[in-house]
Amino acid sequence: MLPTLNGRIQTRIFLLVVVGGLWLLIITPILPTGVGIGASYGATFSVLLVTTVLGVLWELLYHAIQQFRWEKDWPTLFGFLTGINEGLLVWFLFAGGVIPWSDGITGPAFVIAFATTWILVWLVANGPMRVPFVHWRINGGRLV
Amino acid sequence: MSESTIAPQHAQPPSGPPQPGDLNDHLIANDFWTDQMLAEAGIPIIDVPFVTFGGGIGSFVTVDYLRICGVPTSAIRVLTPLKTPWESYEYLTTVSQVPRTERLRSDSASTPDNIWGFPSYAFREGPKQWWNVFLEPIFTRYYTPKAGHAFISMEKEMHRIRYPEMVVHGQVRMVRRRVGGGYFTILTPPEGAAATRRIAYRSQWVHVAVGYPGLKFLPDLQKYRQEYNDFAKVVNAYEPHEHLYETAYKRPVTILIRGGGIVASRVLQRIIDDRDQRGLQTQIVHLFRGYVDKAHGPSIFKRRRGADGWAYQGFNYPKSVWGGQLKQQVRKSHGEERAKLYKEMGGTNTPLRNDWLEQLDRGRREGWYRVMIGQIDNMRPVGNLVEVAVSSDQGPQLGTFDFVLDCTGLEADIREHRVLADLLDHSGAGRNPVGRLDIGTNFELLGTQNGGKIYASGSATLGGPFPGVDTFFGLQIAAQEIADDLIKQGFAKKLGPGRSTGQWWKWVRNRQI
Repeated sequence: MLPTLNGRIQTRIFLLVVVGGLWLLIITPILPTGVGIGASYGATFSVLLVTTVLGVLWELLYHAIQQFRWEKDWPTLFGFLTGINEGLLVWFLFAGGVIPWSDGITGPAFVIAFATTWILVWLVANGPMRVPFVHWRINGGRLV
Repeated sequence: MSESTIAPQHAQPPSGPPQPGDLNDHLIANDFWTDQMLAEAGIPIIDVPFVTFGGGIGSFVTVDYLRICGVPTSAIRVLTPLKTPWESYEYLTTVSQVPRTERLRSDSASTPDNIWGFPSYAFREGPKQWWNVFLEPIFTRYYTPKAGHAFISMEKEMHRIRYPEMVVHGQVRMVRRRVGGGYFTILTPPEGAAATRRIAYRSQWVHVAVGYPGLKFLPDLQKYRQEYNDFAKVVNAYEPHEHLYETAYKRPVTILIRGGGIVASRVLQRIIDDRDQRGLQTQIVHLFRGYVDKAHGPSIFKRRRGADGWAYQGFNYPKSVWGGQLKQQVRKSHGEERAKLYKEMGGTNTPLRNDWLEQLDRGRREGWYRVMIGQIDNMRPVGNLVEVAVSSDQGPQLGTFDFVLDCTGLEADIREHRVLADLLDHSGAGRNPVGRLDIGTNFELLGTQNGGKIYASGSATLGGPFPGVDTFFGLQIAAQEIADDLIKQGFAKKLGPGRSTGQWWKWVRNRQI
C-alpha cells in the first residue's frame, strides 16, 4: 500500500493525535522534564502540536521528492528516518524560543518523547493501522 | 475457444448420447430467459443470492471478504472446475519455474489469505525478513513470499471460512439475464454428478473471475508448430517443458531464449542453477526484441531502471498502483488519457535479484550466455535441431539450436473464453479501450444490470479504472470494492472498525467463521 499526498496528511494527523496523544498521556509524567506535571504536559503536547503542523509541510516536500521515483513510492525506511530531520527542526524551534507559548523542554525529555512517539506512530502505520481501517490502504491512506 | 483458463481440466463436458436437461436452440438464441424456458428444457433451477465462478484466487478472495462481512455460506456458491482456488495459479507458476520453494513476485502485504495484509508474509517469516522489508528497496531487494507460503496460508483460510461448503464442481457455460430480474448461470456438472446435463443457478448477483482467457503464442511459433508438428523443440515457458531441462542433463545443448520478463529471468536461473549444480555445458543465446541499456522513460519524473537488456521494476506494476498516486490518477482518467497512463507503466520488465545478476554476469564473462537484439523471421527443424533466422541489429543471422524457449506471455483475446464471449454477445457486457471487459470503479460489468449486478475481477478486466487487476492485492482490491457495493445493496454487513478488528482477531486465532 502506498498513500497519496492527501492520505499521508490525513494519516499523519490521525496517528499523531490519537496514537501520539495517548502515548504522551502515558509517558509524560515519567519524563525528565524538571518541571511540574501540568507544565510537562504543556511541553510535550506543544511538541506534538508543532510536529503535526510542520509535518503537513514536510509531506509536501516528500511528495515532491516522490515524483522523481518511478514507483511513486515512499520506502518504509524513509518514513522512519525522516523522524531525524523533523525532530531536529522541532527541537531547534523549541530550543530557540520560537514557539511563543512554550517555555521549552529539556533535551533528554524531548528526545525520549519525540523518538518513542515517532517509532510508535511509524510502527502502527506499517501494519496495525490496517486492522480497524481495512479500507485505508486501498484508499491511498485516506480516512475520510 | 476455451471453456476454462489455461489450467488443467477436470470437468470435461460429457460426451455420448444426449442427456436430459440440456440447453436448446431457443435458450441459446435468447438474451433474456424466463423460468418457464428453463422448465421446458428440463434444466433444474437452484436459488442462491450470490454466484461466483472461475473459482481461482479471484473468487476466493471475494468470498473471503463476503464471509468476513457476515454473509452465510448458504448465500454463496462457487462454481468451478478447480480442486483448490490456487490450483490454476500454481500450475502456471510451477511450469514457469516458480515451484513452491521459490519466491513469487508479490509484495509482503499482498496476502490473499488475509484481507488486512497484516501480519504480512515477511512479518510471519521472522526477524530476518523484517529487516529486509525495513531496508527495501534502498539497501535490499524487495522481499517477496515463497509460493508455498502463499498456498499453505490460503489453504488455512479456505477452511476457516468454510469455503469447501460453497464449492460446486463443474464448468460454467454461460450467464444470461432473467426476465423479472437477476441472472441464470448455467453449470455443466462433471459426468455422472447430476441427473441433468446442465444446472441453472438463479441469483441476484454474479461474479466473473475466470482468470486468463488463454495463452496466445507469437505468430512465428504458431507457424512452426503448424508446419512441422513439432511441440518439443520450440516451446513456450508457460507450457510444461521439463523435457528441455532433462535433455540438458544428458548432453550439452544450446538454447535460444526469447523474452525480457520475469519468466525469462526464472527460466535462465533454472538453466544456470542446473548448469552449476550438475556441471553442464548448456549454452544460452538470449534474444531481446528491444534492448534496454539504461534508465528509460518519457520524462525525468517517469524513469524506470534498466540495464543489460532488461527493464527493472520490483513488481508487475509501479508500486503506487495499489493505493498511491498512480491508482488515483488512473481511477480519475478516461479514454485516451487512461490508455496513455497504461502505456507509460506498461512494457515487459523483471525484478532486480542479486542471484540473477551474478549468474548472467558470470555467463557473459565466461561466454556461455550471449545476447542478441532482434526478431525471429523463421524457424525450421534441421535434424534434431531448430534453425532460426533472426533479423538482428547486426543484420540477418542464422543459427541452430537444440531448443527455442519462448518466454513471452501474451494473453489471448477475451473472446477466446467461451463464457466471456457469451457475456459480450448476449448479456450487454462491453469492452474497455484496451479490449477487455468494461467495468466501473465498483467492478460492476457495465451494461449488464438487471435487477442485480454482474461483477468481474482479474485479468479479463485489465484496462479499467484500476490497473493492478491481475495481482494478489489487485484481486483483493476488487473484492473490497465488490463487497462494499454489495453492502450498499444490503447483502453484507458493513466492515467498519469494530467488525474489522473483531474479524481480524478471529483470523489471528484461526477461529472458523
